[in-house]
Amino acid sequence: MLSYLLKRLAEVIPTLIGITIVSFGLIRMIPGDPVLLMIGERGASPEVIAELRASYGLDKPLLAQYGLFVGNALQGDLGTSIISSRPVSEEFGERFSATMELGVTALILAILIGLPLGVIAGVKRNSIFDYSLMTTSLIGYSMPIFWWGLILILVFSVQLGWTPVSGRIGVAYDIPVWTGYYLLDVWRSEEAWPAFRSALAHLILPAVALGTIPLAVIARMTRSSMLEVLGEDYMRTARAKGLSRARIIFVHGLRNALVPVITVIGLMAGTIVTGAVLTETIFSWPGIGRWLVESVLSRDYPVIQSGILVIATMVIAVNFVVDLAYVWANPRLRGGK
Amino acid sequence: MRHIMAFAIALLLATPAFAAKTFVYCSEASPSTFNPQLATDGPTFNASSRPVYNRLVDFERGGTKVVPSLAEKWEVSKDGKQVTFHLRKNVQWHTTATYKPTRAFNADDVVFTFERMLKPTHPFHKVSGGTYEYFTSMDMQNLLTAIEKVDDHTVRFKLQKPTAPFLANMAMDFASIVSAEYGDAMMKAKTPEKLDIEPVGTGPFVWKSYRKDSEIRYDANPTYFEGKAPIEKLIFAITKDPNVRVQKLKRGECQLVAEPPQADAKALKSDPKMTVMEQEGLNVGYLAFNVEKKPYTNADVRRAIGMALNRQAYIDAIYLGNAVVAKNPIPPSMWSYNDKVVDHAYDTAKAKELLAKAGFPNGFEATLWYIPVSRPYNPNGKKMGEMIQADLAKIGVKVNLLTYDWAAYLQKARDGQHEMLLMGWTGDNGDPDNFLGTLLSCAAAKNGSNFARWCNPTFDKYVDDAASSSDQNRRTQLYQQAQVVFKTESPWVTIAHAKVFRALDKRVSGYKMSPFGTDNFYGVDYK
Repeated sequence: MLSYLLKRLAEVIPTLIGITIVSFGLIRMIPGDPVLLMIGERGASPEVIAELRASYGLDKPLLAQYGLFVGNALQGDLGTSIISSRPVSEEFGERFSATMELGVTALILAILIGLPLGVIAGVKRNSIFDYSLMTTSLIGYSMPIFWWGLILILVFSVQLGWTPVSGRIGVAYDIPVWTGYYLLDVWRSEEAWPAFRSALAHLILPAVALGTIPLAVIARMTRSSMLEVLGEDYMRTARAKGLSRARIIFVHGLRNALVPVITVIGLMAGTIVTGAVLTETIFSWPGIGRWLVESVLSRDYPVIQSGILVIATMVIAVNFVVDLAYVWANPRLRGGK
Repeated sequence: MRHIMAFAIALLLATPAFAAKTFVYCSEASPSTFNPQLATDGPTFNASSRPVYNRLVDFERGGTKVVPSLAEKWEVSKDGKQVTFHLRKNVQWHTTATYKPTRAFNADDVVFTFERMLKPTHPFHKVSGGTYEYFTSMDMQNLLTAIEKVDDHTVRFKLQKPTAPFLANMAMDFASIVSAEYGDAMMKAKTPEKLDIEPVGTGPFVWKSYRKDSEIRYDANPTYFEGKAPIEKLIFAITKDPNVRVQKLKRGECQLVAEPPQADAKALKSDPKMTVMEQEGLNVGYLAFNVEKKPYTNADVRRAIGMALNRQAYIDAIYLGNAVVAKNPIPPSMWSYNDKVVDHAYDTAKAKELLAKAGFPNGFEATLWYIPVSRPYNPNGKKMGEMIQADLAKIGVKVNLLTYDWAAYLQKARDGQHEMLLMGWTGDNGDPDNFLGTLLSCAAAKNGSNFARWCNPTFDKYVDDAASSSDQNRRTQLYQQAQVVFKTESPWVTIAHAKVFRALDKRVSGYKMSPFGTDNFYGVDYK
């Protein structure tokens, strides 16, 4: 187990180095720089432009800039945003909790609904339920998030008036800053319950929009994995032993079927981050996804390189934990790979 | 199941009643800072300079006329190189949760404000990045030689040369006056950057809090020198998607939205609960020829292309009728607009003739760049590019369309890599120099904002003379002559002056649109 862990860890380091090079290099390969963007249609003399570039350290050779970036990052300094002149870590923190709140809720939603649906569809294969679930999940998987988000707003907010259109909480609630997670922070405000309800109501639609694709994938994956497992010899043996149906399905079936599903859930962490970009835009959710896209458009180099590095590190960490989880789910994996 | 869900969602419905009179503005982007000296973008100005700060002079609400603000009056010396401002007395700085001023606004604040931007040795110069793009791009660092405190309530600005637009510059957002006492206090507390993050001003609203990308809160300033604002709480709900902003307005989640999509403007107009306000914007959308490249070196070719474009059709299709065809580089609402200039009328046959005369009876192949972003002066660059392509095909000019992302577009255009490109401009200060000088002078050709790279000595002389004269009549005359030269030489095809829009709840009163496109909530009320 320990050697397995070390081996996996050793794989992570070159990946991280690769990420720093890619995140640093790609954005600089695109023409246009932050100074020109700020000046926009206005223009400025070449001397002024050179002076502005120097003030952001953009006049240094690329290799020196890269060295500075990696050296500082190793010491925990993620640099300073060109647009806001604030430390990237400070800018990141506040937005990160917003994305986490949304992403985790979406993922929980997807697992809580997707997993049971997949199990039922697998057990009752070729039934009406199975067919309709597979069709619906295919639709869910194919739906563009920005369109789906707008439809949700039109139906539930505008037509039915059930939920607010966008934002994280009603503007009436000026809740104190504490953890950055509104569902927790509201409990320190004066009107805790109404504020909590408002925060939850704001969270529902974006979480559904973001959770739809993972839900569809998890449901389909669980179904096919269940089908495979249900056909195994040991399942027949279990039935022959006279075990209860529930025990067969959940203990013998699901636990074995879970291995590929857990992998998929791990990969979904990445999907959630990319999906968050669109979801956050539509629902005005103040998270990191939208912020990073804007940083690309405004060529805010320090934000892009450090932001991508941090997120990539987190996705790697999640997948690392997932690897451990399926070693737990399937002890046979402990020996070999 | 459905009933349970409906019930659960209904439970969550809670729209609390606001205790104080609250006004929610759905703004389109986050501010990059709360110090307008450091910014160039509208969302920052809306969130900082307009509610929190004042300037020595200001633009009248809803117009471009320069009116007194923190300065009650001013005089310009005979040689035009000194401007003396007499400051308003007893103007109180804001008291916030973390700061309490001990003195009222005075000349020290004015000196502090401008010296921070001007002097590299100033203790605040390097704080928060230390770049003052707007100040620099208006060439203030070369224009200002000194800012002197004459007494507590008199300040004198010394200029390198007489510059007529100087006063209008002083009304611009970057010239907002910040507190020297607050600056000192923050410097002592070793948190100088707070000056730019937690603003303290003299304006109608006191800054209260900011949640990144989410909301900004302000309270009415009880001691505002022009009287307390009718709304007690002002909230900016940052909503980046324009469609969502409109939905929020319909749901009553905000009372006013910035930049509603033009396509929605029509539907909103017919909604009995909404008002759509429009105003002729201080902008121009144009096609610039790179006059350094053949065949655009030939004015006949430029004129021929101008005649071949059916600009009214673009206005109907792209601006949905919410614009007027432009014939001059400056908009009709600006002083010195020359209405006598004769435009190149849409005439394909004549355009063909002119092109033949220039030596291109069979036309030629050309490349046109279209803007990749939506701007008030051109909401849909791609569509306009396609319409131009179709129009020019009729005179034998085969157009290839090309675009880049905005940053790359600007860089390549600055470098003069284009043949023809679509571009535009929104004015800063209502002065004609801000269009004719900024966009078409020889200096601008060097600085990169003259995308035609056109440098005409006659035109340049008119514009230069006008900028250094303080006689409005003479300036008007000079600018009008400059517009004639411009039209004859046609370095651009002027396309449109677009209207700007705001959609608001019918119960809102007292809101005035600014031709600059900024939003100001002083004087706004909400029933």
